[in-house]
Amino acid sequence: MASSPEVSISPGEAITTWKNWFSTHWTILKICLEERLVYRGDFALGTLMRFLPIVTQIFLWSAVFSTLPSTNQNGEAANIQGYTYHQFVAYYLLTMISRAFSSMPGLASGIAKDIREGAVNKYLIQPIDMMGFLFLNRVAHKLVYYLMAAAPFALVFFLCRDFFSGWPPTETLLLFFLSLIFAFLLGFLIEATIGLIGFWFLEVGSLLFIYMLLNFFFSGHMFPIDMLPGFWRTLVELIPLHYLAYFPAAVFLGQIEGDALYRALFIEACWIIALLFINRIAFYYGVRRYSGYGG
Amino acid sequence: MHSEQPNYTQVFLTFARNSLIRDMTFRWDFIIQAVSSLCWMLMNLGFYLLIFQYTKEISGWSKYQFFLFMATTMIINSLVQTFFMPNAAEFSELIRTGGLDFALLKPIDTQFLISFRRVEWASMSNFVFGLGLLSFSLWQLEVMPTWWQVLLFPVFVFCGVLIFYSLMITLAATSIWLGRNQSLYNFWFYITNFSRYPLEIYRGPYGSWLQWFFTFLIPVLVVVNVPARLLAQEMDRQKWGLTAFAVFAAVMSLLASRWIFQSALGSYRSASS
Repeated sequence: MASSPEVSISPGEAITTWKNWFSTHWTILKICLEERLVYRGDFALGTLMRFLPIVTQIFLWSAVFSTLPSTNQNGEAANIQGYTYHQFVAYYLLTMISRAFSSMPGLASGIAKDIREGAVNKYLIQPIDMMGFLFLNRVAHKLVYYLMAAAPFALVFFLCRDFFSGWPPTETLLLFFLSLIFAFLLGFLIEATIGLIGFWFLEVGSLLFIYMLLNFFFSGHMFPIDMLPGFWRTLVELIPLHYLAYFPAAVFLGQIEGDALYRALFIEACWIIALLFINRIAFYYGVRRYSGYGG
Repeated sequence: MHSEQPNYTQVFLTFARNSLIRDMTFRWDFIIQAVSSLCWMLMNLGFYLLIFQYTKEISGWSKYQFFLFMATTMIINSLVQTFFMPNAAEFSELIRTGGLDFALLKPIDTQFLISFRRVEWASMSNFVFGLGLLSFSLWQLEVMPTWWQVLLFPVFVFCGVLIFYSLMITLAATSIWLGRNQSLYNFWFYITNFSRYPLEIYRGPYGSWLQWFFTFLIPVLVVVNVPARLLAQEMDRQKWGLTAFAVFAAVMSLLASRWIFQSALGSYRSASS
């Protein structure tokens, strides 16, 4: 589906091909939409419930901040590594958005399962690139998700509007959206590549668990990673996981600005390109090892 | 129909033994499970170590008092995970597939059977870790527990486990009515999440409302707070009041969950054909 026609064709035919391509994908998207809409009540409730742990975080940080003097020696409002109490809460809310982009439930385990059970065959015998198909599929899923989750997210952010000090400048906002799209790409590539390891090891369950563990801690889902002391902070900034939750939130809050922000985005883009290459190479050699049992 | 009463202790020991044999058959899986759940604990501990870099106390709980609180959380949660978690998950599956028919036919109390069938020994690693952290915190606090503390702590840990068990069996029983259980784990996680913090952090108008709700309606706040306070803090009249309430809450939750479970069973219609 992602592949373009190879023979030379007239403009008229090209338009038909593109029409077909478009209608195919439109159908896929529509099916996905309808499938998800069946459980919309359950879904909206589930999305709202996901914010519940933030309630305890609000109380926890409020308790922590109540022990700090209300202004420090420089006369600034009480803060931890530049985050005031309100910014802490805003940070946790924003990481929910980053994770809505970067988390890929079931991607790696799905790929590993396809390999184990021989379901990769269906991609190999069709003129479809497996990774390309999975990517488009994921895009469709995410679009549906945003459509459905928009209302619960809007409700929660509206209720918590006092924790935010207004909208950031347009440039920051644009870079925030860019960082979200990068987070999606990075999240997809990391998980897809872990899934491809299944060509060599078949069972990637424990590997995935380790990834989940590291992701939870080092993506900044649990706390802003600038809270970490020296060595740990350097380490976490070296591995790309912090782009999945911490980075977009920090951009929105203005914690990373100017040159540092562009440099971080550039490094993230490098990671994406590098992972894309690793992913393609792993797929190329993996398929050659693959024996297609079951199928 | 005359039948002998089954020997519940004997049955339970058999379940425990069978589970252990099964765990030891897949030894590496067992070790990986134990190590990975330990890693979760360590990460959690790391998070609070980090917080205590920036503050001296959380709502009146100093660093090691708070660690003692966490250790209590670990001990209670590990007990629930070892004995009840795998069973509750299996129960929902039994309802969906109609396998519950076979449990109903056995000449033994159904709730007992489905509550104790599996024991997940790997989760005991957290229990050991929790005990270790508890001792370390006591040592750091330079507290030598008195005999009544040593006696009462396990009693209230047990009460806490009972409350969690009741909550879990209630949630599992609702899947008879609802037919699907995908949110079971989520519900469990989101509700028990409130119990992981000292109840003093829930302040202000919303906080006191939450405190009231999770103490008197769904008593998850007394689960960890009561035993942890017994060891970590000076007890006063109000704290003893809550301690006494914990016993009451445990008994009431158990009775309520028993009642809910039985009525849910009454509306079970087999799914198998």
